Amino acid sequence: MKEKAFVQGFDTNLEARHRKGLLWRVVFQASTIVGIVALIALMLNIINSAFGFVAYEAKVDPDTLTVDGTPIQDQSKEQLVARLQSTLSRGAYNKLDKDEPFAERSREEVYQLVIERIVRPQVVEVWNLWSSLTQADEIRAAVARDHPGAELEFVSWLTHDFVSRPQTSEPLTAGVRTAILGSLWTILFTILLAFPIGVGAAIYLEEYASDNWLNRIIQTNINNLAGVPSIVYGILGLAIFVRTLEPLTSGAVFGLVDPTTANGRTVLSAGLTLGLLVLPIIIINAQEAIRAVPHSLRNASYGVGATKWQTVWSHVLPNAMPGILTGTILAVSRAIGETAPLVVVGASTAISFDPNSPFSKFTTLPIQIYQWTSRPQDEFRSLAAASILVLLILLLSLNASAVLLRNRFARRF
Amino acid sequence: MTTNNNAAHKYVIETHDLDIYYGDFKAVTGVNMKIQRNAITAIIGPSGCGKSTLLRAFNRMNELYAGTSIKGQVTFDGQDIYAREVDPVEVRYRIGMVFQKPNPFPKSIYENIAWTARIHGYKGNMDELVENSLRQAALWDEVKDKIKQSGLSLSGGQQQRLCIARAISIKPEVILMDEPASALDPIATLKIEELMQELKKNYTITIVTHNMQQAARASDYTAMMMLSGEGERSGTVIEFDETHRIFTVPKDKRTEDYVTGRFG
Repeated sequence: MKEKAFVQGFDTNLEARHRKGLLWRVVFQASTIVGIVALIALMLNIINSAFGFVAYEAKVDPDTLTVDGTPIQDQSKEQLVARLQSTLSRGAYNKLDKDEPFAERSREEVYQLVIERIVRPQVVEVWNLWSSLTQADEIRAAVARDHPGAELEFVSWLTHDFVSRPQTSEPLTAGVRTAILGSLWTILFTILLAFPIGVGAAIYLEEYASDNWLNRIIQTNINNLAGVPSIVYGILGLAIFVRTLEPLTSGAVFGLVDPTTANGRTVLSAGLTLGLLVLPIIIINAQEAIRAVPHSLRNASYGVGATKWQTVWSHVLPNAMPGILTGTILAVSRAIGETAPLVVVGASTAISFDPNSPFSKFTTLPIQIYQWTSRPQDEFRSLAAASILVLLILLLSLNASAVLLRNRFARRF
Repeated sequence: MTTNNNAAHKYVIETHDLDIYYGDFKAVTGVNMKIQRNAITAIIGPSGCGKSTLLRAFNRMNELYAGTSIKGQVTFDGQDIYAREVDPVEVRYRIGMVFQKPNPFPKSIYENIAWTARIHGYKGNMDELVENSLRQAALWDEVKDKIKQSGLSLSGGQQQRLCIARAISIKPEVILMDEPASALDPIATLKIEELMQELKKNYTITIVTHNMQQAARASDYTAMMMLSGEGERSGTVIEFDETHRIFTVPKDKRTEDYVTGRFG
């Protein structure tokens, strides 16, 4: 293009302007890349621990358990039960029978018990994925040299069994079923508390509340509550739900538990505590979504003589719903990952019973992960890595279902 | 609100010394207007002189904006619509409104009208009502095959006629139109104007417009608004007369300047 004649007082300086723009673009791109690299590093780290070689030794050689030439893995349920009865102490055997009568257990379960209680494989050493892949021969040689009796196996710590087994203290037989169910129960009560109250409060604040000092104070406080550290909510939950409302949260008033041993440290208390924690976030997000509904739509509704409630119910809410659900998804995702308040509220760290009512004792995935990572042995870190993968998968599938739900309400402007 | 004998009131809406405030700011001052039944009354004037504010005061839509208040009186069929016992929802039911930007509900064409009728407890034949309303709004032939489609799939002009159909589906007595054609092309504008001539047989129409040709073509009466009161900061009606008189023999010099394009 032909250069424009110089005009007094103007200096277009196009090149410098473009250079400046490019610089900023590079800066923004770099920030995105830093974020992505951090995320990839995190994922690689988790995956690195969740797979790899493990060397283990059996306390009792399974070959010695062969009966009439039938190896242990082919024996019938009755033979396995007999083996348990003869090997375990009477007390231990009776306790197992009391937890769930042997007559009702499947052969598979009994077999697991035999492995757990009699064979008792013990982890000698674990290796992460990277060294398992790059130094397989050295690892084999080291195991053959140092632990001649040990078996070396390449395992994925995240298996179907891992997800479906209850928690135990033995790394090789531990599972996270209890924790998954605990997380799901907890989150159910979180949603039941926080969603209706949060959306209701948002509707009130946006559509009904007038702009006076009282409502401004309420609004400011909601915004501040969203930033309160979660452990504070844990203390609040401990004081209110676990202690003060104990008869209610333990189920004692419903006659479901013995009042003398009633304990408020239940799924219900945990869910309500997390509900309080995410309530301000849900309110704020729902308010944003309600505010984003165009004013012209409200005018249209009022203009044909609709009442406030008809306007809110038929137009404001349906059109704000995608935004409200997005906010709720974010809030609930946060709740699923919370650990600190649940520690305070009294999540159990070692529990092998599935929660089966609002009044069950519980543990959750983050608690389980926290507990395992704080153990000194390497194998528990591998378990923690596998549980983190489970937590991520759980989170992603909950989010995915919420996104599907949201798309059903998709904005149609 | 009690139903008055229409014949008893030649004028549907009357204002008496009407002042309209946004907080402490007096946006409109001292308006005395009488809106003739089954006629089209246009409100014209420069931007920011309070035309839309005045129009919204006629069916209490102004109350949806925080901090607005009025002094003086607006009567509808002889009754003060700002009286304590009057429900604004009923006022808006009897005095409908069409807005500047077409704003159909994000629902189907059918549902736009059906929802409006349903909230007022309509129990009759809904299909018939929808068809009649769309016919009256001169939209039926264009949409009869896609009545289950979203109202937002229509063109701007069609959307605006859908809004008119929606407004008349509940049989109001007055339709207030706030620059209904300002977002439309000339052809769509013409259709709206023709439609207004059709509608005035059954309804009283009050329209705010920027377009003086439109006021001259389409209206029977014209109110000329201008910033004049309160040190030229508050709008008022400086002249209100039959349209042909406003455009040919205006009494006020400012009206003459404005309608002849010599404003300012």
